[in-house]
Amino acid sequence: MAAKKYEAGVKAYRQTYWMPEYAPLDSDILACFKITPQAGVDREEAAAAVAAESSTGTWTTVWTDLLTDLDYYKGRAYRIEDVPGDDTCFYAFVAYPIDLFEEGSVVNVFTSLVGNVFGFKAIRALRLEDVRFPLHYVKTCGGPPHGIQVERDKMNKYGRPMLGCTIKPKLGLSAKNYGRAVYECLRGGLDFTKDDENVNSQPFMRWRDRFLFVADAIHTAEAETGERKGHYLNVTAPTCEDMLERAEFAKELKMPIIMHDFLTGGFTANTSLANWCRKNGVLLHIHRAMHAVLDRNPHHGIHFRVLAKALRLSGGDHLHSGTVVGKLEGDRHATLGWIDLMRESFIPEDRSRGIMFDQDWGSMPGVIPVASGGIHVWHMPALVNIFGDDSVLQFGGGTLGHPWGNAAGAAANRVALEACVEARNEGRELEREGKEILTNAAKDSPELKIAMETWKEIKFEFDTVDKLDVVNR
Amino acid sequence: MAEIQDYNSTPKYETFSYLPPMTPEKIRRQIAYLVNQGWNPGIEHVEVARAGAYFWYMWKLPMFGEQSVDVVIAELEACHRAHPNHHVRLVGYDNYSQSQGTSFVVFRGR
Repeated sequence: MAAKKYEAGVKAYRQTYWMPEYAPLDSDILACFKITPQAGVDREEAAAAVAAESSTGTWTTVWTDLLTDLDYYKGRAYRIEDVPGDDTCFYAFVAYPIDLFEEGSVVNVFTSLVGNVFGFKAIRALRLEDVRFPLHYVKTCGGPPHGIQVERDKMNKYGRPMLGCTIKPKLGLSAKNYGRAVYECLRGGLDFTKDDENVNSQPFMRWRDRFLFVADAIHTAEAETGERKGHYLNVTAPTCEDMLERAEFAKELKMPIIMHDFLTGGFTANTSLANWCRKNGVLLHIHRAMHAVLDRNPHHGIHFRVLAKALRLSGGDHLHSGTVVGKLEGDRHATLGWIDLMRESFIPEDRSRGIMFDQDWGSMPGVIPVASGGIHVWHMPALVNIFGDDSVLQFGGGTLGHPWGNAAGAAANRVALEACVEARNEGRELEREGKEILTNAAKDSPELKIAMETWKEIKFEFDTVDKLDVVNR
Repeated sequence: MAEIQDYNSTPKYETFSYLPPMTPEKIRRQIAYLVNQGWNPGIEHVEVARAGAYFWYMWKLPMFGEQSVDVVIAELEACHRAHPNHHVRLVGYDNYSQSQGTSFVVFRGR
């Protein structure tokens, strides 16, 4: 092969990084970007620029380029597609050779794919819509510490979604009063309670005090009900050393599950904690504070399906997924798409759900989606139908706001859940017959009856901001 | 305060234990669901005091491939007759997920 000559200066990106003839390898990491270019920048050049700036390229030719085989290492923009219903932007597909990235490092992949390129001047806005992680790469990541089946076996929960609740008010309770709220929820029939993500170790309730009273609440509720219970003890902390110290203490108290915020805490901390959880037999619940900053704008940022995939690689047994029906943003089809990406082993490309690539997870365990935020008993039929058994349904206000208190609120939710599961198994259509199913169950449960009267009128019917592109048309 | 009702915790045993005991017809429908999912029915029982344990006594062996609701009911009743004071539960073994697709108490012990 003839050697290349060094020529200083600026070359159009497309000469090197636009390769429509390229057939991606099975081992390539593939990315789909939605690019909104600056006026006057054509599509091929913008796509090539994104490929270059997220892989080996910089703005000018440098002599050291010739000391390596850039044709092997470069990212390649290999396809461009229209975005249905939106002429301001287009999809660019980029293939990256697997050797561009350190094994088992979501951090390293993200530093390239959503790094400097997002501030690049030639593009007005940029969104990472989807990433295909090849099985070769998946196998280098630890993934969920336990996964869905192991969690079910450990918690002894079968044939139904699990029930949770975030303790409120989210800030300001003392540790003992907080433990009381936990105990009431669990004795009433919930499987889990949860620290609010804002609860770390503030002056009003230091983490160690909280852990002690919560542990007492769990052990008491388990003894009373005979069922296994857990509370997501939030170990999110200012430093990794603090985080692991809190995790160790939770284990010492025989707590089955702890919790972390993977975006504010960061992927390095999250992956370390997931590894600790796997080693120590503690389940890991993952909250997603900050996600809407990244994923809500349809033209810029990172789609949640990518964040969900990254979390599955980094490690977590639960992940908040949105509810479809509650107070928080979430298009139904798109949500169903990323729920599959969290739980299933192989997920085929499906543009109607925004899934741009086949994704093969091999034997990597699944993550349980958690539906939380503004949901109450009236949503139960829809939630059971949408999420199926492998999920956690979390009613915060919908438990604690019950007129008779947490235990009655928990019992109301548990009765509603079991009535819906029973009806589904009998072949009834939950979303159509929901009212009848709940009303019938309430005949034997005064707690459910009063809950249904309390929340009859609450609805959250606002249009979603981030719709699937096929819907924007 | 008069309209607020007190809530009493009582021992429970996971799925469906917050609903009233099922009628025989409802039990049939749940067994039919279990079988239609492709799960293998298995029966377990235990003294009430030991209900919180992971492992209950297995009644014979799981009924691999059993499709008949009547056969499953007959075994449940046989187990109940032999251990009238025990909880008797029906498990649906899912050999693909290598877990249990469902598990619920059919006869509540005393």
